[in-house]
Amino acid sequence: MLYREAGDFKTSYAKDQQTFPIAFDRWGYFITVAFAFLVVPFLINDYWVNAVVLPFLIYSVAAIGLNILTGYCGQVSLGTGGFMAVGAFSAYKLMTAFPELSMIIVILLSGGVTAFVGILFGLPSLRIKGFYLAVATLAAQFFLVWMFNKFPWFYNYSASGQISAPERSVFGFAVTGANVTPAVSYLFCLCFVFVLAWVARNLTRGANGRKWMAIRDMDIAAEIIGVDPLKTKLTAFGVSSFYIGIAGALLFAIYLGAAEVGEAFDISKSFLVLFMIIIGGLGSIFGSFAGAAFMVLMPVLLKNIMVGYLGWPTDLASHFQFVIVGGLIVIFLILEPHGFAQLWRLAKEKLRLWPFPH
Amino acid sequence: MKLTKLAAAAVAASIAATPVLADLVFPSLDYRTGPYAANGIPFADGYADYFTLVNARDGGIGGVAAKVIACETGYNTEKGVECYESTKGEGALVYQPLSTGITYQLIPKATADGIPVHSMGYGRTSAANGKVFSNIFNYPANYWNGASHAVNHAIADSGGDISGKTIALVYHNSAYGKEPIRTLEELSKKHGFKLSLLAVDHPGQEQKSQWLQIRREKPDYVFMWGWGVMNQVAIQEAANIRYPMDKFVGIWWSGSENDVLPAGDGANGYKALAMHNVGSDFPVFDDIKKYVVDAGKAAGAGDQVGTVLYNRGMYAAMLAVEAAKTAQEIHGTADITPAMMRDGMEALVIDEAKMTALGMPNFGPTFSVSCENHGGPGLGAISQWDASAKKWSLISGFEPSDNEIINALIAEDSAAFAAENNIAEGCK
Repeated sequence: MLYREAGDFKTSYAKDQQTFPIAFDRWGYFITVAFAFLVVPFLINDYWVNAVVLPFLIYSVAAIGLNILTGYCGQVSLGTGGFMAVGAFSAYKLMTAFPELSMIIVILLSGGVTAFVGILFGLPSLRIKGFYLAVATLAAQFFLVWMFNKFPWFYNYSASGQISAPERSVFGFAVTGANVTPAVSYLFCLCFVFVLAWVARNLTRGANGRKWMAIRDMDIAAEIIGVDPLKTKLTAFGVSSFYIGIAGALLFAIYLGAAEVGEAFDISKSFLVLFMIIIGGLGSIFGSFAGAAFMVLMPVLLKNIMVGYLGWPTDLASHFQFVIVGGLIVIFLILEPHGFAQLWRLAKEKLRLWPFPH
Repeated sequence: MKLTKLAAAAVAASIAATPVLADLVFPSLDYRTGPYAANGIPFADGYADYFTLVNARDGGIGGVAAKVIACETGYNTEKGVECYESTKGEGALVYQPLSTGITYQLIPKATADGIPVHSMGYGRTSAANGKVFSNIFNYPANYWNGASHAVNHAIADSGGDISGKTIALVYHNSAYGKEPIRTLEELSKKHGFKLSLLAVDHPGQEQKSQWLQIRREKPDYVFMWGWGVMNQVAIQEAANIRYPMDKFVGIWWSGSENDVLPAGDGANGYKALAMHNVGSDFPVFDDIKKYVVDAGKAAGAGDQVGTVLYNRGMYAAMLAVEAAKTAQEIHGTADITPAMMRDGMEALVIDEAKMTALGMPNFGPTFSVSCENHGGPGLGAISQWDASAKKWSLISGFEPSDNEIINALIAEDSAAFAAENNIAEGCK
């Protein structure tokens, strides 16, 4: 009824190409963005920001980053944790070396450093594919974590190897450190997420995105039609690592405040982000958000239900959490191998016909 | 999308339902799952049981019931943040995170929120300087004291001179394991021993190469900063290469029954530091049996009573209760706030009379806390494992550490933290 193309006339090419061709979707998107920017900051409190919203936003950025590499360009990566560590440690080094630098620049530069490292580790992708590339990126994961543990320069020779974010501000508002208000840290991350998701969406449907997808679908055919595999694969590694580096920097500076490379950025982080994009949907920006929401919110939700409402012992609840989240992942992958993004697509198809499906 | 909305709604609903602030709330950020569970469970049981005892026997602290809110962290810093945020709104008086990583994270947060943190024998060592770390306490002893105790023991064991000998440190490759390195380096300069560092990565199940190196280098002493499954593996590996167990000294976190039992007789003679007494020959355990275990209120499976880490959890709870009592006396109200609790912790005095009255005579060292010193006196003892009797026993008294070196390091590290975070040193 409401959800339909009919009556929504496109009179220019720009309108014809827009991300949300259906008016209902478009309005939904505008309302969501307005709600996120204008309403949520006034409602949000410490618990919501630190336990639910910040991890969701930050993991969304990481998932978009990995989705560009794996979902759009077809290069499997298990080095996400290591690249996030690069972002976190660059942010730390920049924050302590240049205290006057605005946090926005620090975060962007950390992304840039990570992009460079990502391109470096992306070089083998020109020779190896599939599982073999996964192993090469796995090496990146272990090498980077080892490196940040081994050389004290990275953690400013502190006794413990722990990095802690000192207080830094943007436009006079503290965004890192202890005196952050929930609304500020929320808005700071939200701005990054909004801009990065917007850029990612437009990158992936432009020339670059088409090249990535051509390489993903069949690299030899892509080469024949004139796609340069070197440039294409390396831009995918670069852009993807830029996103992941920003996620790592935000995770350390805004969310955790202190991090330890072996604990915060170990291999399980790589798998977590990989699960997010598999469950959310490979090759979809919406899927990245949905996957991140599922993997971040589900454990918190289950914990609150089992411990908070049912009063179960914490260890039992924690074990059950593994069982339930694991079971749900298996069920989802059997029922819908293309993830939440495909479910959402199907739901939209059905909605177009509703209530007269015949 | 539907699911996430549902999730958000349910999370929202469960947060709205916060209980009334009537009890004195002591959150327990424990871990009963994951690679560190073997050590996390007894500590959590001891911590919870002591509060149950205080409620059942004394009718609470100063007449107000104590309430323990357990939150599972799995030794994971992100879950630690969630636990902190979800419990602080319920009026949490003091945090006991039992993880150096989580402690580091809570230091700025808890200080800004005005809630004290008690990282007993772990966490950031330089928090002993209360002039910089106003809300962080690490009495009665810290890692650097521990490093010094271990060296002192090695010196005594080798007849007063350790120069030219080698000490290998097998450590958990994390903030926790790295803490003692600086102190040991200073001590090696002072006493002339050679220090060899062997890192073991999380979680510590793979240590073959480290112990191969020990077998080749044959260090005179091996020290260990391990936790969780790493302890069991290290002790087993040491037994496999037939390293003399009485030259193998663990920190107090590497010396519980769970760590030595899997190695069987091979672990006989293994030594570990202790910051409090071991065993269950104290009157307080009769009370625990009567009021907690027999009443069916024991936390967990109830089978940990009297083990080393159970005692440590109980000791931590005892110190928290005594600090709460002190706070009640200072402020003349039974219903204390976190800020009052902080004052109570800073004015805490533990003497023999107090411990005897609590049924814990000679359970730990006597000490008092002050603003200048949040770390206590740093006394420590050496305990040794007897595999045939399956018992730990103290083989020394509570002795002082080399405070000259440690205090200099604490001053240096806390000054660096103060400079990084623009904190003016001073007492409140």
